[in-house]
Amino acid sequence: MSDIFHPRTEAEVAEVVAWAADCRNTLAVLGQGTKQALGRPMQADHTLDLAGLTGILDYQPAELVLTARAATPMAEIRAALAEKHQHLAFEPPDLSSLLGTDGGEGTLGGVVSCNLAGPRRSAAGAARDHVLGVHGVGGNGVPFKAGGKVVKNVTGFDLTKLLCGAYGTLAALTEITVKVLPRPEKVRTVLVFGLDDEAAVRCMGDAQRSRHEVSAAAHLPAALAVASGVDLVAGAGGAVTALRVEGPEPSVAWRCEALRNELGHFGQTEELHSARSLRFWQEVAQVAPLAAPADRLVWRLSVPPAGAAQVVSRIRHSIPAQAFYDWGGGLVWVAVATDTPDAGDEVVRGAVAHVAGGHATLIRAGAEVRAKVPPFQPQPAPLAALSRRMKDSMDPGGVFNPGRMVADL
Amino acid sequence: MVTMPEPDRAVLANRSRIVQDLRAIVPGEGVIADEDELRAYDCDALSAYRQLPLIVVLPENTEQVAAVLRYCHRNSVKIVPRGAGTSLSGGSMPLADAVTLGLGKFNRVLDIDYDNRCVVVQPGVPNLAITKAVEANGFYYAPDPSSQIACSIGGNVAENAGGVHCLKYGLTTNNVLGVEMVLMDGEIIRLGGKHLDSEGYDLLGIVTGSEGLLGVVTEVTVRILPKPETAKAVLMGFESNEQGGDCVAAIIGAGIIPAGLEMMDRPAIHAAEDFVHAGYPLDVEALLICELDGPSVEVEHLIERVEAIAREHGATTLRVSTSDEERALFWAGRKAAFPAVGRISPDYMCMDGTIPRGQLPTVLARMQVFSQRHGLRVANVFHAGDGNLHPLILFDANQPGELERAEEFGADILRLCVDVGGVLTGEHGVGVEKRDLMPYMFTEDDIKQQQRIKCAFDPGHLLNPGKVYPTLHRCAEMGKLHVTGGRLPFPDLPRF
Repeated sequence: MSDIFHPRTEAEVAEVVAWAADCRNTLAVLGQGTKQALGRPMQADHTLDLAGLTGILDYQPAELVLTARAATPMAEIRAALAEKHQHLAFEPPDLSSLLGTDGGEGTLGGVVSCNLAGPRRSAAGAARDHVLGVHGVGGNGVPFKAGGKVVKNVTGFDLTKLLCGAYGTLAALTEITVKVLPRPEKVRTVLVFGLDDEAAVRCMGDAQRSRHEVSAAAHLPAALAVASGVDLVAGAGGAVTALRVEGPEPSVAWRCEALRNELGHFGQTEELHSARSLRFWQEVAQVAPLAAPADRLVWRLSVPPAGAAQVVSRIRHSIPAQAFYDWGGGLVWVAVATDTPDAGDEVVRGAVAHVAGGHATLIRAGAEVRAKVPPFQPQPAPLAALSRRMKDSMDPGGVFNPGRMVADL
Repeated sequence: MVTMPEPDRAVLANRSRIVQDLRAIVPGEGVIADEDELRAYDCDALSAYRQLPLIVVLPENTEQVAAVLRYCHRNSVKIVPRGAGTSLSGGSMPLADAVTLGLGKFNRVLDIDYDNRCVVVQPGVPNLAITKAVEANGFYYAPDPSSQIACSIGGNVAENAGGVHCLKYGLTTNNVLGVEMVLMDGEIIRLGGKHLDSEGYDLLGIVTGSEGLLGVVTEVTVRILPKPETAKAVLMGFESNEQGGDCVAAIIGAGIIPAGLEMMDRPAIHAAEDFVHAGYPLDVEALLICELDGPSVEVEHLIERVEAIAREHGATTLRVSTSDEERALFWAGRKAAFPAVGRISPDYMCMDGTIPRGQLPTVLARMQVFSQRHGLRVANVFHAGDGNLHPLILFDANQPGELERAEEFGADILRLCVDVGGVLTGEHGVGVEKRDLMPYMFTEDDIKQQQRIKCAFDPGHLLNPGKVYPTLHRCAEMGKLHVTGGRLPFPDLPRF
């Protein structure tokens, strides 16, 4: 019989896990379940629903640190931080519209377990760069803590990093401490119009190599820009390359002007102020340009930024695809038709490998596709073997999220 | 003094054979077995701990590293990896029955890629050499440990090195994009690259800061940043540590993240001023150096705000650098604090705990109590922005018992750091120095959970044994599951 367990404390989580390990049963670990469509579909014996582990335990704005139970809703954390003019600098994205899940942006534990990051990734890092410590329960059912509650800590192995992005396959997180930072006083975005992908990647590179501290760089080709909810982007009549500038007001104004001067040779420029900027970058973070139609398959490519346009052009050479760029080209979102053979696996991963390396994740696809096509980039044999040893060591009974990342793991 | 694991007699007895076999792998001068030559490798920067290595091997390429590790794996010979030997925690302290594997010949910058804003280097390249290689084009490598002229990037990866700019730019782990490394069984793997984030488990995150216990890094890719347009520093003096500490909290609380925010206490100020004549005020208890970098408009704007905050907190000295020379002078005393203290005491021991910033006045006051109890002086320099303390304990190793008292004093400070919610080490690593304090911060279960990582990489415990963890649990034992008899002891646990 399949049970859903609803523990309310770490001790209860530990009991469930120890019991499951002892009975050789598997557990699907979830918070609000908003990210269940990421990774391979699982068939676990039972569900470990951590949604009862909520609440901010400690928030000290002057220490730049917040501790919350793992399933605390992101909305609650966001609101608490906003009150003190702070935020999570890695800009955790809300992927619910892309993934077609309701329930909003999910929990802190979900964001951390999937190591998500928004447009500020190249300037400020991902979840893994901001998690200072965790409490959790290991595969043997024993509670443990890792890391600490201070921003600078090298005491022992950095177990925390391993748990970020492990998709709940190594431990059940119960409590998380994150670094928080002051929210920028002012946000503006410089737009450059009408660039093709190659020119856009060069333009974003120039901006990121400048001294103007660009905090995000994205490019929407014409067909995607037109659907933006931001009038100046939708009405541009062509492709839009966007460069975000944040900080104290006088600095932002000066840097925007400097960027417009320096990048003016690429094309005509325009500027988005606060509200429009926020809306635009939210669309980019949420992958809104590729969210509809909902049945298209969506790939997420992490590549060396300078080669991004080449990767896309190579993919398009073989299959029809729509793409846009974030992280100055370091992140490419690619949508292909539902009936693309092998979901485009060979073409997409082939293009990434051919141009300059990196990896591709199949982010959105039906369960039957994700069961067949590996959503996460397959690793070379020695690395795959090491990952398997890691799983076996942390979760010897194979309790947590079986097969979520790799089949039979 | 910490005790190291009992040397393996079989390995000691077999030494000449091992030397011969290793010479077949690394030809020429690359295998050092002569006692006089080995002497140069008998310690790292934690020089109170010395031990002649069994053998030193200096390979020249990844294949040789792989062959040496494969050989040692097959013959159960331990390995101590070594970069530039600047570890302050004894991370590369030799073992009597281990081969010290020196990466000094891996000294080439392999690829400077401005398009992707990264540099690929061999692990023996000094930290500062990366910045030197790209500064003409307006770039730099951000982590800047104070030993950056000498310390190697491979060592930085092993220790997850920090520096004064961590608060804004992160530690090594936030600035490394990829590595090539050799596992203990000789397998060569690549983690990361020129792209961001891992395609599977974040093994790069685990390897960074693993203190040579998981593998030998043979190539490193780091990100480089455009050099900020300008930088300015503010020098602030306060009549009490409390005022200084409050000012730090107020700067951060105002939403300002300085590039560097350093604090020194009275003994450190005096030692530094006597040494480099930086113009520090001598009538203050606490000195703050706050550096802001970025576009000049922003720096000017923020400097004014920092000045206002300093005034509100009763700064008795308040100076803003008017040139890069003056900024360098403000820093000169801070950067020379260690040698400055070295001038006023025959020996000193540098500690490295991190505390929540708000605990600073409490911790400094407690330290004075410890100082009296142990009869030893202490000077404090402090990365105030990120809460990382560097108390320098002054002692004379030639006086019987002083080293032991200094070590006890240091342990008291580190336990205090943990007691107030901090950690044992912010950037120097655990090594052998803080190894035996690990159980003070972590329970046995916490430590076992960390050691599960070791089991995935090096189940035979051949890499850098005796470092970081006081005892290594047998991997087979940790694989056993806890027996619950199939019963859930929480009958009221909601399940449906």
